[in-house]
Order: sequence, then C-alpha cells, then structure tokens
Amino acid sequence: MLEARGVTVRYSGGAEPALADVSMTLAPGELVAVVGPNGCGKTTLLRALLGLVPLDGGDALVLGRSIGSWSRRELARVIGVVSQREEPAFPLVVEDVVMLGRYARLGPLAAASAEDRAAVRAALEQCDAWSLRDRSSDALSGGEWQRVRVARALAQAPRALVLDEPTASLDVRHEMELFELIAALVNGGLGALVVTHQLNIAARYASRLLLLGRGRLVASGSPGEVLRREALEQVFHWPVAVTTWCDGAPQVVPLRPGEPAS
Amino acid sequence: MRARTALLLLLVPATLLLGIAVGPVPLAPKAVWHALGRADAPAGVIVREIRLPRTLLAFLVGGTLAITGAGLQAVVRNPLADPYLLGLSGGAGLGAVIAIALHLGGAWAVPLAAFVGALVAVALVYRLAVVAGRRLDARVLLLAGVVVGAFASAVMSAVISLAPAAELRNAMLWLLGGFSAASWHALAVFSGYAVLPTLVLLAQARSLDLLSLGEEPALHLGIDVERTKRIVYLAASLLTAASVATCGIIGFVGLAVPHAVRRLWSPLHGSVLPLAFLGGGVFLVLADAVARTAVRPLELPAGVVTALVGVPLFAVLLRRTLV
Repeated sequence: MLEARGVTVRYSGGAEPALADVSMTLAPGELVAVVGPNGCGKTTLLRALLGLVPLDGGDALVLGRSIGSWSRRELARVIGVVSQREEPAFPLVVEDVVMLGRYARLGPLAAASAEDRAAVRAALEQCDAWSLRDRSSDALSGGEWQRVRVARALAQAPRALVLDEPTASLDVRHEMELFELIAALVNGGLGALVVTHQLNIAARYASRLLLLGRGRLVASGSPGEVLRREALEQVFHWPVAVTTWCDGAPQVVPLRPGEPAS
Repeated sequence: MRARTALLLLLVPATLLLGIAVGPVPLAPKAVWHALGRADAPAGVIVREIRLPRTLLAFLVGGTLAITGAGLQAVVRNPLADPYLLGLSGGAGLGAVIAIALHLGGAWAVPLAAFVGALVAVALVYRLAVVAGRRLDARVLLLAGVVVGAFASAVMSAVISLAPAAELRNAMLWLLGGFSAASWHALAVFSGYAVLPTLVLLAQARSLDLLSLGEEPALHLGIDVERTKRIVYLAASLLTAASVATCGIIGFVGLAVPHAVRRLWSPLHGSVLPLAFLGGGVFLVLADAVARTAVRPLELPAGVVTALVGVPLFAVLLRRTLV
C-alpha cells in the first residue's frame, strides 16, 4: 500500500541528507515499526511517504501511484495519520473531533449523513472511546486523547494508519492499550506504520521492523533479524544486550558502562 | 442552546429598531414603525434617509468584522486574532487615505485601495512573524500585527497632514471609526464589496474547523491548507477593506463576538460564523446607539465604544492564552 523506492530527502542547510536511498513497503494486515535514534530520519520517512517534503531522489508510492499525483483529499481517504502533537486552538467535543475525520468523504457544505454518524460511532467504539463522546478535548488525559485521535483516523475509513510516536508520554498501561488497539486493527486488515522509541514493545507487536541510522536503512526484517546487538550498538552508540522473551520476541537491555553483556 | 439562538434571533430586529429609534431626536417605536411604512410620516426623512441606512450599515459591518475575526482566529489558531490587531485595518486605512489624497476614483475605488493596503499589511505581518521562527508563534504574530498597524497609522497621519485635499479634513474623525456619514450610497458600496467574501468565508466553515486543529492534522484530514489560508486571508482583507473604507477603523468586534459565540454555543465554525455574523451586527448597532446617546448632543465614534468593551476583554484573553 505504501512504498518508498530509494527515497532521498535533503533539508536546506543540511550537509548530509536527512534520508538517503531508503526503500520500504507496507502491506495490508502488517504492522511495520520504524525505530532508530533521535534525528535518524524516522519522521522524515513518514513525511516523505505522506508527500509533505519534496524528494531529492527516488519515489514514494501510495497504492502504486506516485505520491505527487494524489490530492490531500484523496490521500485522506486512504491513509489515516496520527501525528506527533496536536492541540486544538479551540477545545472541541470528542464526537465533533472524530466527525472531522469524515471531512474527505463529505462535500464542503454537505451535512453529516446517518452513514457518517455511524462511522464515527463505530470508530469511537473500536477505540473504546464511545463513552468519551460528550467530553471536551481539553478535559481528556493523554491516553484518552490519543485514542480519540486514532478513532478520528479510523473514521476516515482508511486502508493504512501512520502513527508518529503515538505512545510518547503515555504510561505503561496506556501505551500497551494503544498497541493492543493498533494490533487489533491490523488483524482486521489495516496496514500500520508506527514510529516508536519502544524497541521492546515494537519487537512484540510488529511484523517487521525498519532500523534507521543517520538517514540510512541499517536493517529491516523480522524483529529477530533487526534487533541484533551489533546493529543496535552501531546505530545508538550505546552498549546493549539482546535477550529473548518466552514468546520468542527479542528484548533489548541497555547496559551500564563496563557491564558485561551476559 | 436553542433558547440562546432564539434570543439572538429576537435581538436582531429589536436592536435594529433601537438603532433607528435613538439619536438627537428620540423616536418612539410606534413612530419608527409608521415612518418605515410611509414616506410622508412625521419622522419619515430622519428614519428613511438617515437612521435606517446607518443602522443597517452598522449591522452589516459588525457582522462582517465578526466573521472576519473568527476566520482569522481559526487560521492563526489563536483567539486573539482580529483584523485590527493583525494590522489589516491599519493597512486598509492607509490604502484608503492614499486613494482619497490622490483623488483616485470615487467611493467605489476607495475600498479597492483599502483592499490593496490590507493585503500588503497581511503579507508584511505574516513575513515578519514567519521569519522569526519556523512555527507561527501567536505572540510574534500579534506583535508583528501591532507594529505594522502602528507604522500604517504613522504614514496615514503623515499623508493626512500633508495632503491639501478637502476630503481629508474629516479624515481623523473617519479613521476613529463611526457611522455619522452613513448613507444608502455607503451601504450599497459596502454591500457590493462584502457580499461575495462573506459567502466565501461562510463556505469555509468546515475547513476552518480542520485548520483550528493545526495545519498538519488538517492536511492529513484532507484539506489543501495553503489554498484555504489564501482564501481566508483574501476574504478577510476584502471585508476589512470594505468596512474601513465605508466607516473607518473599528477594532475589537472581531475579537469579542466570536469569543462569546464560541463560549455560548459551539466552537464549530458551522455555527460560529453565522451566529457571529448576527452577534457582531447586534453588537455594533448597540455600540453605535451608545455612541450617539452617551454624550448627547455630541457623538462618539462607534470605534471608541467597541474599544472600551473590547480592550478589557482582550486583556483577560491575553492573560489566559499566554499563561
């Protein structure tokens, strides 16, 4: 559904490209996690895939069509995005927030139909947020707000979700709840591309990982193939040990200086 | 909410009636009614030729200033935005003054010059604010607006002092914002310029909802953000220009009214814009009524009254936004 072919992005003033020759794909029913240190190009990769930065090389494709040929409205019907931060200038009621997800499926002046309302309700229920529908957006906790934003992305009736650090600043429970939600949606056939710093959670939920370092794709494949000591140490510049949880997922333990790896 | 809407809808004819009734010669509602119905009624000339166009003009100007403020607030994502505070009114005033001083065309050309002035001002303010940082900081934007507005008013004063044109003798009074020169002709000129941008702005209601979430979320939900912003800035400049050219610089209507509407009804622009239009109309007709009666037989500019109400509200909002 989403594909990057040798994508290169150069920001003005940057000596090195922010993204160099990166290729990746996202298929339906697949959860792909993008991991790597701060400033390695994770967000730039998302922005390139969504057509928000000009490409200096390669191409980004959505459903096989080059990103440049999509209008924002068309894209919004295919990809639901939960970006890093969002604060409404004027607090809105949750149900209205999610209804804004229907924008690309409504005419500019058309009123919301019964179908739109049903889609909003279904999206809120899927995210276990129907009970929040009458609350004001400024009266929600961080975890609730993220669930509402995922619900809004679902109300777009997209084929793929793109989430940029969706669990930053959430506690363990809310973080796990959000990943469980994403995993359930992926089971239902959506593709999901998630940027995250949580290597261990990514290792348990993602079907594939992309490890980026300084704008380059250092490794990609199953969690077991990507989360290897040498690659991680090279990218993060910190010693780590990699163990295996009982379900077979690799788990990364950052080491203290001088601590042996086993 | 229904009751509030009904109340507002009742307030519209009531304030219009009040606006016609008050003045140097107070009229009873019955006398106003008679004069509206029959040209040869005792108060016929006062009502039909002076007070009716004046009241209607105040209503329309108030309504358009309010929706202009609401639109700008959504685009810059800040409740403090207002055509006056963002420098649009100053730019429009300067454009109008220059057109009058140079005798460029008649009443229909002045709004066009004001439009050019408003566009230059908004472009300047935007550039100043954006240069300061990649993200549009509301504080910087307001500062830029105030600075550009101050510059425009300085140049305006210079033009007024230097130009010999007789038309400019009353320019200072005109700039303070008021309806003492209102006429059917002024109403026609204003409406001619204001109808289209008003409709355009109303049609943007849902896009404004998305924009107030933030530019990036708005993009992801499917609007062409840059195009929408251009449309709103253009419509806002045109509406500001039309009002400044016909009745001078009236501030704070665009600040106070959308704020009240959002609190009393909903922040969704499908209701904010039409309700702010009605509310702005009511507010400015009342302000003009106060302006005409508070220091009778003298008359205050309506802009003075709106500022007296608007500035304290601005102070409260400012504290709440910046804390």
